[in-house]
Amino acid sequence: MAELNITERQAGDVTVLDMSGKITIGEGSVALRTAIRRLLEEQKKRILLNLAGVGYIDSSGIGELVSSYTAINKDNGELKLLNLTQKLQDLLTITKLLTVFDVYENEAEALNSYK
Amino acid sequence: MEWLSERPCLNPVTEETTELSLPSRIETVAEAAAAVADFVSRSGVSDDAAFGIDMAVREAVTNAVVHGNSKDEDKVVDIILKSSPEAVEISVHDQGTGFNPNEVPDPTAEENLLKTSGRGILFMRNFMDEVVWFVPPEGGTTVRMLKRR
Repeated sequence: MAELNITERQAGDVTVLDMSGKITIGEGSVALRTAIRRLLEEQKKRILLNLAGVGYIDSSGIGELVSSYTAINKDNGELKLLNLTQKLQDLLTITKLLTVFDVYENEAEALNSYK
Repeated sequence: MEWLSERPCLNPVTEETTELSLPSRIETVAEAAAAVADFVSRSGVSDDAAFGIDMAVREAVTNAVVHGNSKDEDKVVDIILKSSPEAVEISVHDQGTGFNPNEVPDPTAEENLLKTSGRGILFMRNFMDEVVWFVPPEGGTTVRMLKRR
């Protein structure tokens, strides 16, 4: 079984990636990077990461989230995060990245927030 | 592992000891984490403490593999786990050229927030009660981390 499973679905013009597993150095981080690069190549620039199933992330995974955020912004897109577990929320608080990412607990609210 | 006994201790913890020597590749991070999880489980620490130890070990081993040993598989990462009724202590040693944690920029500073690396030490310090780095006489870097019960 893959370290990180990513399922893509479309909600209007927003691409939602439902993720489950671990985003850690190696396979998990690479899977996220590959998925984001592919979406940008397909001109899908409004991206919502549903992290409800992500139970573990390390500093490499956090770095990959930042890298995704920067790459999408640079391409005039928007990356938002949905359904953070308490542990992931704690990590984003420790790193002060909650001030950077647009985070939602409700999918409808998240989808409506795209400009 | 004579070099460790000659270095300053945070606190002597010696009830149970396990030693690992692993190759410098990314897969070693998960392998070390699994071994530490087994050890910690036997040590009977709380779930929160076990989570913190797991986070810190992954970051320390990642640093040893990637930055210390530059993923050179001819170099190894040595890990020593010790537990006592008071604490769990973990040492991770690499064969790199040495490391000064004070030279790592603060990842929470405004200008560094969008950097894609440099948060491992923050996590280690956050999740463990004490973290110290030192360079043993034979070289490389050792990080010793303590989690009190």
